[in-house]
Amino acid sequence: MTFTPRFKQCLVGASILAASSWSGLAMADIKIGFVATMSGPAATLGQDMYDGFMLGIEHAGGKLGGQKVEVIKEDDQLKPDLGVQIANKLIQRDKVDMIAGVTFSNVMMAMAKPMADAKVVFVGSNAGPAPLAGAQCNPYFFFTSWQNDQQAEGVGKYATDKGYKNVYILAPNYQAGKDAVGGFKRQYKGQVAGEVYTQVNQPDYSAEIAQMQAAKPDALFLFYPGGMGINFIKQMRQAGLIGKIPVLSVSTADGSTLPALKEIALGVTSGTFWGPDFNNPVNKKFVADFEKKFNRIPSQYAAQAYDSALLIDSALKKTGGKVDDKDALAKALRAADFQSLRGNLKFNKNGFPIQDMFVFEVAKDAQGRVSLKTIAKPLTNHPDAFVGECKL
Amino acid sequence: MTFNLVLAQALNGLQFGVLLFLMAAGLTLVFGIMSFVNLAHGSLYMVGAYFAAVIYSHSGSFMLALACASIGTFVLAAALDASGLSVLHRRDHLDQVLATFGIVLFANELVRVIWGNAPLYMDTPPWLSDSVSLLGFNYPAYRFAIIGAGLLVALGLYLLIERTRIGMLIRAGASNRAMVAALGVNIGWLNRFVFALGAGLAGLAGAMVGPILSIQPGMGEPILVLTLVVIVIGGVGSIRGAFYGALVVGVVDTLGRVLLPIWLRQVFDPSVANAVGPALASMLVYLLMAGVLAFKPEGLFPVKARGG
Repeated sequence: MTFTPRFKQCLVGASILAASSWSGLAMADIKIGFVATMSGPAATLGQDMYDGFMLGIEHAGGKLGGQKVEVIKEDDQLKPDLGVQIANKLIQRDKVDMIAGVTFSNVMMAMAKPMADAKVVFVGSNAGPAPLAGAQCNPYFFFTSWQNDQQAEGVGKYATDKGYKNVYILAPNYQAGKDAVGGFKRQYKGQVAGEVYTQVNQPDYSAEIAQMQAAKPDALFLFYPGGMGINFIKQMRQAGLIGKIPVLSVSTADGSTLPALKEIALGVTSGTFWGPDFNNPVNKKFVADFEKKFNRIPSQYAAQAYDSALLIDSALKKTGGKVDDKDALAKALRAADFQSLRGNLKFNKNGFPIQDMFVFEVAKDAQGRVSLKTIAKPLTNHPDAFVGECKL
Repeated sequence: MTFNLVLAQALNGLQFGVLLFLMAAGLTLVFGIMSFVNLAHGSLYMVGAYFAAVIYSHSGSFMLALACASIGTFVLAAALDASGLSVLHRRDHLDQVLATFGIVLFANELVRVIWGNAPLYMDTPPWLSDSVSLLGFNYPAYRFAIIGAGLLVALGLYLLIERTRIGMLIRAGASNRAMVAALGVNIGWLNRFVFALGAGLAGLAGAMVGPILSIQPGMGEPILVLTLVVIVIGGVGSIRGAFYGALVVGVVDTLGRVLLPIWLRQVFDPSVANAVGPALASMLVYLLMAGVLAFKPEGLFPVKARGG
């Protein structure tokens, strides 16, 4: 019997197939889908998250829990429908072991359903919408960022501590704006001098600034993420009001907007959970290496995602690199047995952090660059407001 | 509301209107004379802002930045027109909309590739960074400068259109294009000049908003929408219409944002007023446009076509 050419072809084909599937087995890595908004006006946030996450993996030795990692990077373009498609693709086609990241709450809410249905382990690095902390909480979801209201709650407590009696509130007219105002009011005990909601992505705030000035408030509370915040603060500065009226803010003067604001924002205060000047060894290494690698000061978004990578690393170490037993993996994640950049981090039963909230002032750092300087810690071991609605 | 608050808000409205005029003047000429629907006008504004930010940060001269931004966009537009955009003049409006919308997407991405995702930094020049005390009110000096510069440009355009030979040709082109061509005027060059002039004005507007707005990819789209409203209200092809239309839109938009929530709060309870006020205020200019379209479909100051 002679081998026909066709038979030889089959043999070659089969051996190639076998070889490739064999090599697939040999590279039994951990597959992580990292989803973030990496295009459009908010792309700075997603890029910082991705850079922070990858730096976290690099610092963990290029592996997580001793396992080789394959990170599948996905851009949701800030579109919830695309977020659902990506979640389904990562789960069904790529068969990822976990999903991490997610920049915006609307995308997060859309992706939560397919991820919950497939019982995927999720480590969130930014968005923390209230429903996922409350009624729709999930035993496989963990967040190394903050519940959306927590930052504003910190600033509200700070305003109360400072003895402000009459605060003027400004935010864009959409859910996140209303959530921030709700969070602020939960901890702020004084009077509200005015509460104004502006159109989303409004470029000019001259009219609102004049109205605010006429109301003569003790202080101003702002929630204007991204370009809106840059516009607002530039225009406040030109009206000569920064320094005259204290500006308290969340998500407005942060690592994503300061490079465009620089000196214009000096004196503005901002509330969050972490700042680049935190004096712990893990943070010092993170900030120094991030600056060396990317030539910019890391933002909180990079810090959150860096913590996500360290959290996954700590959990995989506990499970011995195994991801098949999801309950064991979730238990290991819940332990949060790693040194967070923020100092202390514990998970509540809904997978959101119980953490300290800080207030920062925009000031020059030791090298003369405009950055955030810690000035107060209004809330210690602060749980989110919705954990009571979580039935876990 | 006190008198000086009303005054401050009126100034804010005027300043916004003047800025819209710079955008609308160019676009209305391109529409009216070349019958060319150019959605990429907002991209030229964005490019102007980027040029200004880069030149200001390297040279430290704000006037140089303004000049380079307007001349840069003028040259860019002339080059674009020469390198193939002029083909679109002969196509129908749907093709023009599709092609120029493509340019919008392309320009946003190009800006992102060159300058990155993060917004650029541009501060107010030191000699304009103070605020002027106006009857006990702080009003930014820079906004006065915008008003002044905008009115100067309006005057300059008026003189150009009404008092010069090229202005005469532009007016003639707006009322009867074929006749102008038949009289031996090179309508291709006239079109190119008008297109580049409009682009230069958009670039100037972009450069002037650099110190008050975030310079980022896609910054041209919100202003483009309002510019289209101005043109519809003022009448397509009319500089005078663009001027008054821009002032009307600027003042209505600004005062609407301020006064509507106040009035609503007197009638409804605060939570309803807070929800309805901003939504209604943001619709106001579009309601105005709908009203103008219903009663004067040609706009408030249409170009009079002579001799049919």
